[in-house]
Amino acid sequence: MEFEFPTPLTTVPSTANKTGVWRTFRPVINYEKCIRCYICWKFCPEPAISFVPGDKYPAPSEAFLKRDAVEINYDYCKGCGICANECPKGAIDFVLERGDGQ
Amino acid sequence: MRNTTIPEEEYMLPGHVACLGCGAALAMRYALKALGKKTIVSVPACCWAVIPGVYPYRTLEVPLLYTAFEVTGAAISGIREALEVLGQDDVTVMGWAGDGGTADIGIQALSGAMEREHNVIYVMYDNEAYMNTGVQRSGATPFGAWTTTTPVGKLRIYKKERKKPVAEMMVAQGVPYVATANIAYPEDLIRKLRKAKEMKGPKFIHIYATCPTGWRVPPNKTIEIAKLAVQTRVFPLYEVENGVYKINVKPKERVPVRDYLRMQGRFRHLTEEEVELIQKMVDEEWEKLLLKEEMTNRVRKE
Ligand SMILES: Cc1ncc(C[n+]2csc(CCOP(=O)(O)OP(=O)(O)O)c2C)c(N)n1
Ligand code: SF4
Ligand code: SF4
Ligand SMILES: [Mg+2]
Repeated sequence: MEFEFPTPLTTVPSTANKTGVWRTFRPVINYEKCIRCYICWKFCPEPAISFVPGDKYPAPSEAFLKRDAVEINYDYCKGCGICANECPKGAIDFVLERGDGQ
Repeated sequence: MRNTTIPEEEYMLPGHVACLGCGAALAMRYALKALGKKTIVSVPACCWAVIPGVYPYRTLEVPLLYTAFEVTGAAISGIREALEVLGQDDVTVMGWAGDGGTADIGIQALSGAMEREHNVIYVMYDNEAYMNTGVQRSGATPFGAWTTTTPVGKLRIYKKERKKPVAEMMVAQGVPYVATANIAYPEDLIRKLRKAKEMKGPKFIHIYATCPTGWRVPPNKTIEIAKLAVQTRVFPLYEVENGVYKINVKPKERVPVRDYLRMQGRFRHLTEEEVELIQKMVDEEWEKLLLKEEMTNRVRKE
């Protein structure tokens, strides 16, 4: 008998639900301090941190530019602050949302 | 160029509705990284029944079968046996239940599924209370904790009973692979789930999952608290393969349990004497665990 791996009945990916509107505090990466260790990416429960080409953002030195950078997706980041708390370089500021996207 | 210490593939999408800093959401993210696409998950009533959102939303990229609160063990037994009939042996079946759904109401279905030796993984994600319904005490709530059914107040009705040792119950039952894991140690967690996937037969994994909402802690402390649970030996990381114990993390220095308790609102009412009492309980359990490791390794050698 041919077996078909079941596909979910729930067809709409949750990405349609922009949980970023929940946010009270906004994590902001200070790229001058970020050593691209990816610890924040590892511990984000959404997940709302992804990788982008290394030269998209500044880095502490030239050498770091070879490594991909991390970027926070504010459409989904709920502002839990885990990334800011776990970053070994204290490179993530945690600031009150002002509703103006800044 | 990049190198990550855990797999990059994601099978859990953002946009789910777990609370800020949810440890249970992180636990699922890691578990599916370990198991991959060919996995069927079954979830009973618990926070994880709500986290994916309402119909027609989905947050997992694998099939998810909802079941009643008490029957996760039976549900995964049925899924596995149906797959056997269809000749599918390369699909992983994982039951994913809370501590209430495991230690309390689901314990008989779990025990039966393990005893019948179905080829399944049962995960108890442990946020140490009935969180989905508003922080009621479970058998896995630790001694000393406030919950809404152990409300402290003037009468100091905090939980006076010790945490039910579900992993030890599974070892006693002879389950061939039993392990504890923790969201602050994702590499270890993923290694254990991969091992469980490779092994045939019943597997039980107990995952510590911080709940900022129910524990009365700020959400940014989720990982810090989970790490302290291991460093203070409140929640030791170990695995038991065919009855032989291996402790995965042996903290070099003894971090006082006080550091762990004092970070959390649910333990705020405890006096220094009560903190000392909990320290004694933790020390005693750790000593026992060390002896179990020594004893079972000796028996294997002989
Ligand atoms: C038979 C039955 N009794 C009670 C409930 C209500 N209920 C739904 S979820 C839940 C608590 C689940 O606690 P736990 O298993 O620890 O998972 P958590 O919500 O903490 O993740 C309860 C009591 C139910 N759905 N079914
Ligand atoms: S944890 Fe800090 S240093 Fe590491 S990648 Fe994230 S922001 Fe950069
Ligand atoms: S604040 Fe929380 S949700 Fe937002 S990026 Fe950091 S870890 Fe992820
Ligand atoms: Mg629970």
